[in-house]
Amino acid sequence: MSEEHQDAVPEVDASDAAADAVAVTDDPTKAFSFSPEREKKYEEIVRRYPTRLSAIMPMLWLCQDEWGWLKPGVPEWVAARLEVPISRVYEIISFYTMYYTENPGTYNLQVCRNISCHMAGSGKITKHLCKKLGVGLNETDSEGRFRVEEVECLGACGMGPMMQVGKDFYEHLTEEKVDELIEQWRRDG
Amino acid sequence: MADCPKILSARFEEPDSHTLAVYESHGGYTALRKALTELDPDRVREEVKSAGLRGRGGAGFPTGVKWGFVPQNTGKKVYLLVNSDESEPGTFKDRYILDYDPHLMIEGAILSSFAIHSNDCFIYIRGEYGWLVDRVQAAVDEAYAKGYLGKNILGSGYDLEMIVHKGAGAYICGEETGLINSLEGRKGQPRIKPPFPAVVGFLDCPTIVNNVETVAAVPWIVNHGAAEYRKVGTEKSPGTKLFSLSGPVKRPGVYEVPLGLPLEDLIFGEDYGQGMRDGIELKACIPGGSSVPILTAEETLDVNLDYESLAEKGTMLGSGGCIVIGDDANMPELLKVLLRFYHHESCGQCTPCREGTGWLDELVGRLIDGRGRPNDLELIEKLCSGMAGLTICVLSDAAVMPTRSFIQKFRADFEALLPRTQQPEAYVPTTSAAELGRR
Repeated sequence: MSEEHQDAVPEVDASDAAADAVAVTDDPTKAFSFSPEREKKYEEIVRRYPTRLSAIMPMLWLCQDEWGWLKPGVPEWVAARLEVPISRVYEIISFYTMYYTENPGTYNLQVCRNISCHMAGSGKITKHLCKKLGVGLNETDSEGRFRVEEVECLGACGMGPMMQVGKDFYEHLTEEKVDELIEQWRRDG
Repeated sequence: MADCPKILSARFEEPDSHTLAVYESHGGYTALRKALTELDPDRVREEVKSAGLRGRGGAGFPTGVKWGFVPQNTGKKVYLLVNSDESEPGTFKDRYILDYDPHLMIEGAILSSFAIHSNDCFIYIRGEYGWLVDRVQAAVDEAYAKGYLGKNILGSGYDLEMIVHKGAGAYICGEETGLINSLEGRKGQPRIKPPFPAVVGFLDCPTIVNNVETVAAVPWIVNHGAAEYRKVGTEKSPGTKLFSLSGPVKRPGVYEVPLGLPLEDLIFGEDYGQGMRDGIELKACIPGGSSVPILTAEETLDVNLDYESLAEKGTMLGSGGCIVIGDDANMPELLKVLLRFYHHESCGQCTPCREGTGWLDELVGRLIDGRGRPNDLELIEKLCSGMAGLTICVLSDAAVMPTRSFIQKFRADFEALLPRTQQPEAYVPTTSAAELGRR
């Protein structure tokens, strides 16, 4: 381990409303906690990764799996637990597009817009989705459930148009297929 | 191609092909057993070197030669990083290996690690392939349980730790030094070479970064030998390669082909793409992923799929992402789609790329929107010469190559977007002086 992460752990910003007092303890490593299963995974990551810095990415994934996004205070907690500078955590969060510092909603519909999908008609699918859900691009609907986003190549070039929702790929999309999926998700809640 | 062995895709259509049981029933892990009991690391490396296997991620550098650059006995750890950050537009072949045959990649990665005297291997998978991360992790767990990974593999005394690492959405991490920085917990910004990663890589240790498809070819080479591998493909491009075929063809998909196959066969052959969809004529083809120069229809029908033939035509084999373009496509629009991508994915480290990709995107955009200026095509070319070959990595070049080739080969499509009457060169104010004053 290099010297840079031997520094004192950063403190959680306590200046926010007193309502947040629950999260603010003297020990910033206790601001949040994982489910037992993820805590075990965390310990495995720390044990197996060669440096604490290289463990930031998998640690952020664990947080996102736990809470769906990186809610306020979580980056500071990650820095405290891994004993790395908070700047290094934000370096990663701000560079990579898949770490969310805003809640993306339950169904984040990510339509591929790159060349093969474009030729297959991805633009039509995006427009249809926006119209159906009554949202613009990168907007979440009034219930906070659906969001429509355009993303770059997802590696489904032979199966376009396609979109990713959570971990799942939905390929060979048509307007009808998209309608069915949305109805299904609305029923699922 | 009945006589072409399936080196990479033999189990793609087999039920439960991702499981250890199916892989073993097809002779899986026999190459590993052979290497650990009968061969030494140098023999494995020599075999791969004489097989002429070339890096399948895009650069096409001879794999065995690359392995040979790793200095031995430095007292430092040696790392193998398997690049599964597949994100070159038009490319979806590594996805097939990870999805349908993860153990092939794992066995290949173990053999490759063995060949470079490494005891630590990372599989770096792009974040968008979340379900494949789970798939590969499950396969790695199976391999650990069976003693193919971990301490004292198959009683040979050889140890290997393998960690599956999930990326988080950055094209540039597919560049090997960007991948290394990412794995160290940094922005995925590429490093200046030299020093090359084989000497100074991950955590300043000797590091080899190999593509999934590259390591997946190693078990077959160890089992059958270099001579057999060389029987497939051409003299300088031996073996097979996976091609991802997309665009308006009847049967898009991933196909394993012997290198040297005519590109025409991949698009029109009965075993492959089966031709253009009804009512669409071939207009162009990007043979190796979005970053390589485009071919006209005529060139497409007159080139073979190997490193040398494609280079002769001024393009590259790249990742084998073969994007077929029909006569219904709008070329300036397609170029704009690609430039938006490079603009979005530039890591921001080098000025020519950070600014240049944005300017190219903006310029082609304004042509399409009818806001073009008479000299815009010359301006684009001027920008390109300020971008190519002047940056730390080749993302800048990857934006320039399609730009130049699209405009050169489909110039009429772009010229049609220029303002009709040649306007005088003199500055024509578009805002009033009063407005300018307010700024």
